[in-house]
Amino acid sequence: MHEYSIVASLVDRVQRELDAHPGAIARRIHVRIGESAGVEVELLRTAYDTFRPRSACERAEISIATVATEWRCRVCDRVIPPGSVLRCCDTPARLAAGDDILLERIEMEVPDV
Amino acid sequence: MCEDCGCGDPGLVPVEVHEHLLADNGARAAHLREHFIESHVLAINLMGSPGSGKTAVLEATARAFAGKHRLGAVSGDLATDRDARRLEAAGLTARAITTGNACHLDARMVHDALHHMAWRDLDMFFIENVGNLVCPAIYDLGQAANVVALAITEGEDKPLKYPVMFQHADLVLLTKMDLLPHLDVDLGAIHDALARVMPDPRVISVSSKTGEGIAEWLTWLEVRARIAPRSSDLASLRINRADLPTY
Repeated sequence: MHEYSIVASLVDRVQRELDAHPGAIARRIHVRIGESAGVEVELLRTAYDTFRPRSACERAEISIATVATEWRCRVCDRVIPPGSVLRCCDTPARLAAGDDILLERIEMEVPDV
Repeated sequence: MCEDCGCGDPGLVPVEVHEHLLADNGARAAHLREHFIESHVLAINLMGSPGSGKTAVLEATARAFAGKHRLGAVSGDLATDRDARRLEAAGLTARAITTGNACHLDARMVHDALHHMAWRDLDMFFIENVGNLVCPAIYDLGQAANVVALAITEGEDKPLKYPVMFQHADLVLLTKMDLLPHLDVDLGAIHDALARVMPDPRVISVSSKTGEGIAEWLTWLEVRARIAPRSSDLASLRINRADLPTY
């Protein structure tokens, strides 16, 4: 499952951020996943729980925001109903939302200075 | 973090990242893309279900282009190098990528394989991805175009079941057309399904066995590689010059 590969990348990215903040601990990871991203959210959660122990994310909860797919007309900006042919005004529609695979932010506990 | 508006734990420090979770793969893929462009090698990511006819299409392509263009390929599979050996026998410079349990190729795997191949001498380089209609769709491999092989034996609603793969496709090869007389398949239903998941579906119906559609596929490749086709080919393929990739 590619969700495991995605989580491995996520953990590496968090580790790099922690390396830049010596002594910090990651406590919450915020990601955004679109419906059309090709990522199954529950599998992502399972993969995260699998990779989390003894990693940079060991003490970090994951918060996953999902984004609904939205296709729009490039000409009149109408939302194309789900399941419809993806054309409007004789033009191919554009994917306006839903393909996100984003690490939005990391909340860290930092040592007092 | 702010205690007043409740946007988070006031004891934690937020670090805004806003990066794609596969940014590292994306960076490697961008590097590969630069190399392909600099060397004038057309790189194609060929995806599809197991048994969709990917290897057979590449074999037919190699036979048709023999003596005209130099072709190479990497072939991804969980086990064996059988497809790579078939491609070598057909005349491609080919190398297997045996992924073990990985269900897709990524840019690092392709990059590592290229280190063992004289790929810069090629005109076209095919990345035959692992047979899978799910995972490969989201991994950039540095390709100029995504081509998805869809066999007419797979069911008319396959695109509706795997929309993300087809959304990423620049071209769909509808394969195994020689089997059409033996099947109860409505080609119109397949095209309708593609139109509901691809905003600008480009489809070429082919048979690697009989050669049906292969000339049209070869022209599509040559146009993509910026080798000048006859002007009549462009018209028949509904290709606008403005749609051609810029190198």
